[in-house]
Amino acid sequence: MKSTALAAHPPRTPRMLVAAGALLGAILAVLLALAPAAVATTTPSPSPSPSPTQFQNTITGFLRNEGQPLSGVEIKVSGEGFEGTATSTQNGSWSIGVPTQGTYTLELDESTLPQGIKLAEGQENPRTVTFTGTSNVSSIFTFGRGIQIVQADFGQQLLNRLVAGLSFGLLLALAAVGLSLIFGTTGLTNFGHGEMVTLGAVAVFSLSAAGLPFWLAILLALAGSAAYGYIQDAGLWKPLRRRGTGLVPMMIVSIGLALAVRYVILLFFGGSTQQLPYAQSPDIQLGPISISPNNLWSLLISAIVIGAIGFVLLKTRLGKATRAVADNPALAAASGIDVDGVIRLVWVTGGLLAGLGGILWAYYRPGVNFEMGQQILLMMFAGVTLGGLGTIFGALVGSVIVGVFVELTTVFGLTADLKYVGALVIMIVVLLFRPQGILGRRERVG
Amino acid sequence: MDYGFVLSSALGEIATPTTAAYALAALGLAVHFGYSGLLNFGQAGFMAVGAYGFAMTTIHFGASFWIGLLVAVVASVVFALILGIPTLRLRADYLAIVTIAAAEIVRYVVTTNALTDVTGSADGLAAFREDFLRLNPFPEGNYLGYSSNDFFYRFFGWGIVIVACIAMWLLMRSPWGRVLKGIREDELAVRSLGKNVYKYKMQALMIGGILGAFAGMIFTLPRDVVQPGNYGTELTFFLWTCLLLGGMSTILGPVAGAMIFWVVLSLTQGLLTGLIESGAVTWLSTTQAGQLRYVLVGVALMLLMIFRPQGVFGNKKELAFA
Repeated sequence: MKSTALAAHPPRTPRMLVAAGALLGAILAVLLALAPAAVATTTPSPSPSPSPTQFQNTITGFLRNEGQPLSGVEIKVSGEGFEGTATSTQNGSWSIGVPTQGTYTLELDESTLPQGIKLAEGQENPRTVTFTGTSNVSSIFTFGRGIQIVQADFGQQLLNRLVAGLSFGLLLALAAVGLSLIFGTTGLTNFGHGEMVTLGAVAVFSLSAAGLPFWLAILLALAGSAAYGYIQDAGLWKPLRRRGTGLVPMMIVSIGLALAVRYVILLFFGGSTQQLPYAQSPDIQLGPISISPNNLWSLLISAIVIGAIGFVLLKTRLGKATRAVADNPALAAASGIDVDGVIRLVWVTGGLLAGLGGILWAYYRPGVNFEMGQQILLMMFAGVTLGGLGTIFGALVGSVIVGVFVELTTVFGLTADLKYVGALVIMIVVLLFRPQGILGRRERVG
Repeated sequence: MDYGFVLSSALGEIATPTTAAYALAALGLAVHFGYSGLLNFGQAGFMAVGAYGFAMTTIHFGASFWIGLLVAVVASVVFALILGIPTLRLRADYLAIVTIAAAEIVRYVVTTNALTDVTGSADGLAAFREDFLRLNPFPEGNYLGYSSNDFFYRFFGWGIVIVACIAMWLLMRSPWGRVLKGIREDELAVRSLGKNVYKYKMQALMIGGILGAFAGMIFTLPRDVVQPGNYGTELTFFLWTCLLLGGMSTILGPVAGAMIFWVVLSLTQGLLTGLIESGAVTWLSTTQAGQLRYVLVGVALMLLMIFRPQGVFGNKKELAFA
């Protein structure tokens, strides 16, 4: 089957079209199969009396404490001769329909909050909200552990963020290894790598929402991610390489693919953010460090997988062949290495690792969203550039530095919504002073 | 389904200020990539810098339209300098990564809550076109079916596009433009003739960036509101689609590409909505139809790049990549 699809002759244009079509068809088919499940669970569970669909105007909001959604919290709404109660759902969202656009009083029932969680200081409760010409107003209650947070000393916070950053950096490295290997072996800067990350997380969510056991959902999602890497290479990139398409056109093709796949995901998954199973977990105390079990697992899994990749690359024949192709494909082919086979393997492994990275990223953020891959793509680029474009271990070192840096900037006073900016800025600064990156060699840059 | 209405509203897209903005920004990309070989994936950043530069000067300092315009241009030149200094000496894909990162930095910075007083964070800034409308020379009335102000936006936007097209056409025929094309073809050869390649590339980056800043203003003035959500990486990719549709090393290509892009987008939206409402298509909602169009944009970008990289009007000999 493989030999017919990838005949030695340069494929003519119709075959290229068929290949590209087949690739998108495959993605569509996979997502179509998953779609009903996703749709079934994404419909928001309606709030009790009165149902939000009853009126056109809604008051909505999210209840989150340090990123963890708070469910089952009651909020009383009164005003304009109307009274009702909204209860927050599993993902912390609440919504209530009101008859007219006017002024309402919201009161959060503090007795329904989970134990140990209080409204942050200075949070008005009850408070009034007013519609200003739109059919929706939202109101955010913020929470804090009150006095405890103020007293958490700087060293403690630094240590916690350091560990969290390490966990983020390692999962970033996991996702970026594929990006770096693909660049090293084919020269392609793959802008579609972010969608490989998204697919892993979306697949786990959809499969487990379809009722599969959690472990099976993860295994199938990983298999699907690897298959996506395989299909991409077989259906698109290998024919393009055979045609002798230049690197810049291939980069633009990868952008087109990224756009197409991102919107296919949006089409089936919707624009909302969903939580994977077991996404909620209270922090545990590990010696002096407080960390969420998910972050701890993520850290362990990434460390083990990265260790295994390092071992394979350094100690096995296959790893040696990969490094040889990354170094000089023509010379590798001349010495009898199956270059296309190595590249195929790199795409499959890259897809698998990106999918795994995506699942871990969904727990780290937390949440699954169609844009999550795009968000992490630039962080991966930052890590890979920092470490040295095309070097394999550079991607690891660079990613860990980026991860730790991103988390530590929040300790030193940068607001949380700017934390990714720091990583992008250091990437640009590094290019100014050491364009080849930390582990890169000068000749790669020119 | 009313085919006549679908068709006429799609054709109406040809003249909108948004199409003018896309055409101008894509023309900027043609200067960057088509003529100089610079991979700028941050054109949305240039547009954001232009739009915010203009809006912030007008709102916070009560400055006149012309001062706002000047600030937008200067800001985009500074942005080009910041981008160009670290990357123009490096290989093309570094510039691609740095420009996309810089555009995202701009977007994150104008979105952050810490700067709400200055940038309005996610809600953006509004009400800055008053002084611009004072310049409107057209008295109240009906101009080709548009009101006086609507006609003025189109007049302003397309006026700038036409001026920019003529200017770029003359520039690219000048000795300066020939050196630029030489750099695109063979940088080493041009360098061996004693030309300062770095300087030429920087100038090209600035000129394309200024066009991007103007595009940002044309995009934002009719809306009278500037919001960070409009300036994400997708915008840049759409501009690239416009550029590649028309032909990257042509002057009129990007303009035609932008028109085709918007007409096709509107046409597919109209047809899909019509099919859904008439019950012929039941497996899509209208929101999904809107999203399906962008899947088509992505596929179109891939197919164009694979099968017709020179675009509709381009010349295959003038590709920025061999």
